[in-house]
Parts: sequence; C-alpha cells; structure tokens
Amino acid sequence: MADNSILLAHGSGGRLSHELVKSIFLPVFDNQVLNQLDDRAEVEVSGVKLAFTTDSFVVNPLFFAGGDIGKLAVCGTVNDLAMGGAEPLYISAGFIIEEGFSLDSLKSVVASMKKAADEAGVKIVCGDTKVVEKGSADQIFINTSGIGLVPEGVKVSGSLARPGDKVVINGFIGDHGMAVMAERQGLSFKSTIASDCAPLNGLVKTMLGESKNIHVFRDPTRGGVATTLNEIAAQSGVGIVLREEAIPVRDEVLAVCEILGFDPLYVANEGKLLAVIPAETAERVVAAMKNHPYGTDSAIIGEVVADHPGRVVLSTGIGGHRIVDMLVGEQLPRIC
Amino acid sequence: MKFLKEYRDGALARDILRKIEGLSKKPVKLMEVCGTHTVAIFRHGIREVLPGNIALISGPGCPVCVTPNRHIDEAIELCRRRDVILTTFGDMMKVPGSNSSLAAEKAGGASIRIVYSTMDALDIARMNPEKEVIFFGIGFETTSPTIAAAVLQAEREGLNNFSVVGAQKLIPQAIRALLSDDEIGINGFILPGHVSAIIGVSPYEFIAGEFGIPAVVIGFEPVDILQGIYMLIKQIEEGAAKVEIQYNRGVPPAGNPHAMALLFKVFEVSDAIWRGIGTIPGTGLKLRKEYQKFDAVKKFGIKINDDREHPGCKCGDVLRGLKTPLECGLFGKACLPEHPVGACMVSVEGTCSAYYKYGKRSE
Repeated sequence: MADNSILLAHGSGGRLSHELVKSIFLPVFDNQVLNQLDDRAEVEVSGVKLAFTTDSFVVNPLFFAGGDIGKLAVCGTVNDLAMGGAEPLYISAGFIIEEGFSLDSLKSVVASMKKAADEAGVKIVCGDTKVVEKGSADQIFINTSGIGLVPEGVKVSGSLARPGDKVVINGFIGDHGMAVMAERQGLSFKSTIASDCAPLNGLVKTMLGESKNIHVFRDPTRGGVATTLNEIAAQSGVGIVLREEAIPVRDEVLAVCEILGFDPLYVANEGKLLAVIPAETAERVVAAMKNHPYGTDSAIIGEVVADHPGRVVLSTGIGGHRIVDMLVGEQLPRIC
Repeated sequence: MKFLKEYRDGALARDILRKIEGLSKKPVKLMEVCGTHTVAIFRHGIREVLPGNIALISGPGCPVCVTPNRHIDEAIELCRRRDVILTTFGDMMKVPGSNSSLAAEKAGGASIRIVYSTMDALDIARMNPEKEVIFFGIGFETTSPTIAAAVLQAEREGLNNFSVVGAQKLIPQAIRALLSDDEIGINGFILPGHVSAIIGVSPYEFIAGEFGIPAVVIGFEPVDILQGIYMLIKQIEEGAAKVEIQYNRGVPPAGNPHAMALLFKVFEVSDAIWRGIGTIPGTGLKLRKEYQKFDAVKKFGIKINDDREHPGCKCGDVLRGLKTPLECGLFGKACLPEHPVGACMVSVEGTCSAYYKYGKRSE
C-alpha cells in the first residue's frame, strides 16, 4: 500500500516532497519557468518582469500564539514573492470551508488577512469560496496566489550562491514550528513561544536598498533552515558550512525541541529569510537588517564553499562536524 | 531549560578533551548502549574530536529499533479494526513490519494518533467510549512506569476501552547477554542517564563485578558525554572496574523507587524478542495476571504467524556492535531513511539512521 499512496511525509517539504515534484509534476508540466524550481515563477509580460506564486494553508490549529491561518496565508505568499526580490502587489484568496465552521472564526481569519495585507502593502483583489461537507476538510483551507514586480537590476535565485559568499539569517529560528507544536492537541505544557509569522517584503527592500548584489533569498518554512540550505547547495552546485554557535535559537525553542526530540534546524519558520550575500557586502547588509523590526537579531551563520557540492556541513560547538541533511519524512516526536 | 547551553560549552568541552588526550594510552572500544547517546555523539561530532585510539561502538539501545516485526504486525492487525483507535509514539509510525507500517495503514484510513505520553491515550479513551483505544507500548525503563501508571488509572476509573500492546524492554540483562558473547570486545560502557534516573545504578553492578568492565552512567549533552568518557578512560588506564555516575544532576544512586514500584505492580519480568538478536531472557515486561484484561493482543485474540525479517538486513549485528552500518550491503542503497528496510534506519535514534543522517556514509 505504501508505494502507491500519498503519505503525510510527501507534504512535509522534505525529501519525499521533492521526489513527488520531480517524479509526478515536473515531467508532465515541463517548461523552462517551472523547471527553475524557485519559490515563485519569474515571467516577462510585455517587457515587464513579474513574479508569480501560489501557496495553500492547512495549518492546525487555526489560531496560535503569534498568528493564525489568515496571517500565514497572506505572509506566505508575500514572502514567496519577496524571496524573488519582487515587490508584491496583488494577491488572491481562495477558501475551502468545512460545513459547520463558525462565522466568528471566519471573521477573525479575514480580519487578520486584511491586517497582514495592509502591513505588506498588498491588495487582495480576487477570491473564491467553496464549502464542503463536514468531514471533507478540516475547518478551513486557504489558498493564496500573488503577483509582484521584479525591480531592474535585481537577480536572485537559489542557483546563484558562489563560494566565498556569506549565509545570513534575520533572527531566531524555529519559533513558528514550535509555537504551533506547543498548541497542538496532546501537548500538555504551556510555552511562551510565539510564531514569527511576518511579511518580509519590507526587510527585503531594505536589504536590496543597501546592496542590489544579493545572490539568494529563501524563506526557510517547512523543512526549516536545514532543508532550505540543502536546496540552495544543490541548486547552486556548492557546499555550505554553518557555525552552530552563530545560529540564533531561543532558549525556549531549544528546550521544547529537546523535550520532543526535534532539531531546530528542521523546524518551520514563517518570518525568516536566508540570504546568500557576497562577502564584501555581507556585514553592511546585516547592519542594515538590524535596523529593521524584522531583522534585529540578524546574523551571519555560515558561508558558501567550493568543497562538498550539494552538502551542508555544520561545525559544532565542541569543534566536531556533521552533515546537515534534508528533512526526510516528517519530524516525529521521539519516544525517549 | 536552564543549563542546556552550559552543557554545550565549547571551551569546557575542549578542556575535557585535552584531559582525555593526556590520559588515554591504550586502544579502547567503548559502547554507548542507548540510541539517544548515539544521536548526540553524531550531532555534536564527538567521534571526530576524540583521540584515534578511542572507538565508540553503538549498541542495542533504541527501543524502536529492537521492537521485532511480531509486535509491529500485532499493532497493524489491531489498527485495521474499525472499532480501534491506535495510539503510539511518533517514531513507531514508519517502522516496517512484515508487510506494512503504521504510516501506510494511516494513509489507508486506519485511525492512528501520535501521542506524547500514555496519559494522552487515556484521555482519548475517555473521549471515545465507543472505540477501543490501544496504546502501542514501546520503551525502556524510562517509559514503562508511565504505562503502568496509565493501566492503574484505567483500572481505577473502570475504563474498559483502553488496552496496551506490550513491547517494552529492560536494559541491564541485555547488556549481560552482550557480554556473554565472546565476539564482543568492549572495554567500557556508556550507560544511559535517563534509564538510571528510574532504575538507579545497582542493576548494572554485575558489569564491573562479574565481567570486570568499567561503566559510567552519563548524561546526553556533549560536555556530559566527554566527561563520562574521561571517567571511563581513567578507570581503564588505572585498571579499575566500577560503575560510576557522571549524570549526577539526574540520577540518584537508588533511582526512582516509586516509579519502580509502580512498574512492578503492573508488570512482571519476562523474556523478550529483540529484533535482529532474538530472545533475551529477563529483558521483557508482561502484564501481571490481574491486569491482563488490558492486554490488547489477548483481548482481540490476535495471532501473528509470519514475522520474518529481511534476510539481508544486518540490524542484528549492528545492534550488538559487531558491525557498523557501513558493513551492511543494504545501507544507503536499498535501505534509506525514506524507504527503510531495517528498524535501525527508521528511528531517529537508530544507529543506521544516525550514520546516514549525520553523514557517516562510507569509511
């Protein structure tokens, strides 16, 4: 049965997700734009460079510390556009709602979508609603698509990391995943961790304002920093070395990860970006990031190397090394 | 969690390493019995920073890995019943049984829920009185007292729709079985701190007393592990053989007598099948007669006849520290984390999974 069924792990953003895309979607939809495999497509229409993306949101619980499904749905798509260096303009909203879902909850979700859209400076300009029978969906699923303008002179892609470049993150990792995990049914401890969910287009604009010469932007959502850096290493044909001690992780996140047996490097973020920046400008860009509300804890966490192409290696706090692989399957809570 | 970063302090770790380097002369093989140690050792790159004469060998201590097909097949058989909700710790989901896995059964429609403790399974039983809620009981001495507590609670509440697939294991006698195998030349044991937090140290005294081999109960942070290795090397170089505790902050010498009393009120010691190793006397737990109504396998009359393991799988030798995963023909080829053949590849604490994940893919 296993070989002919979709498993949850196919949707985890890790290796099985990649296999699914490569074996099912790419060969059939095959075209040059899609084959780039970036978080959004870059297309040219009448001489204007547009970024275009779509994303679906099925989070459970719908409401969690630091955000809800509505905020996620707007920020997720805004961030996918921003990771192309694009300025997001318009987004769509499609709702699949389970019969019986409360109108009050829907109102809250819609209100937080509006709030997030206002902050990001995008307009929600079209939408669709479908209601399905009870049991055919889990409360509410939201799909958003978005388009944005790619400014002149900006060229970022997961394939542009070069040896010598620095790897930069805009703050603490793992907040979103652990906030959601802590609220899931079955976890009986209280935590103070809040999701980092945020629109990152403003921060990207600040960074590009400091230097247009940024090679890669990626938001480490599902699969976490580890999976995203593996994608960049593979796409660019380079190696990446991370310094464990430089990676910002909150004590609370580390603690919950320890209890559940998770590795923060694989935990989802919704308000983080990874940037690969040439060494000569990296410090300057990081200084600019620190002046932005979503970048106060920015840090250089590693660098791109010519060795071990396609591999991410972590130098540990005690001076050892380990390979940081892509997430395989879901991260499952361990037993002891 | 205070103290986490302190026990990962690079400068402190390097100090201890220098002490180990200064002291260690003989070539030694140390076995980490527990999967949590295996993962921590890889995660922090400890093998690589130790002097070349100290070899760390992974032992049998991942409860998921040593669970034989028989129990997984039992759980699968049970979860296929429409009136059953199976509850399990997350890392059992992908473990292959003879023909399927819980993850595949869940995709096929079985009602399986991941829980974080046995008490969560009790909650589910209370909320679903029309269903039988079965807990897949995996674990060592660390989790078994909580299973015992859940059984006692169910008894008190008269919860008749709760039962357990019992596949728990006990550690100390498994070490005796390892030591009785002449092939295994181990000079010291890295014992798991959390198990001793329950059982104390006395069940391990035979390692030093009967076999003359040093053993230290060690915590799971890099500074703990290095300090514990230092204590082992010191014993070895001085020709001593004692059972010591490095993990003082978690382990009282007598363990947790309350938890042990609970455990043995509900369970009694039995023989157990260890995947890839076979039956080891005195390493299993079975429900005492008065609690057998909580035995899911008996309750539903489940019979597993065919529970063969993959013939090429070397998990058995890996679990006994006789082979490294790199010496298995399936490792990294037919047996991968996304398509595991043997249990050591499935659990995040399995030796093969740790080798693969953290990059030890060839000599």
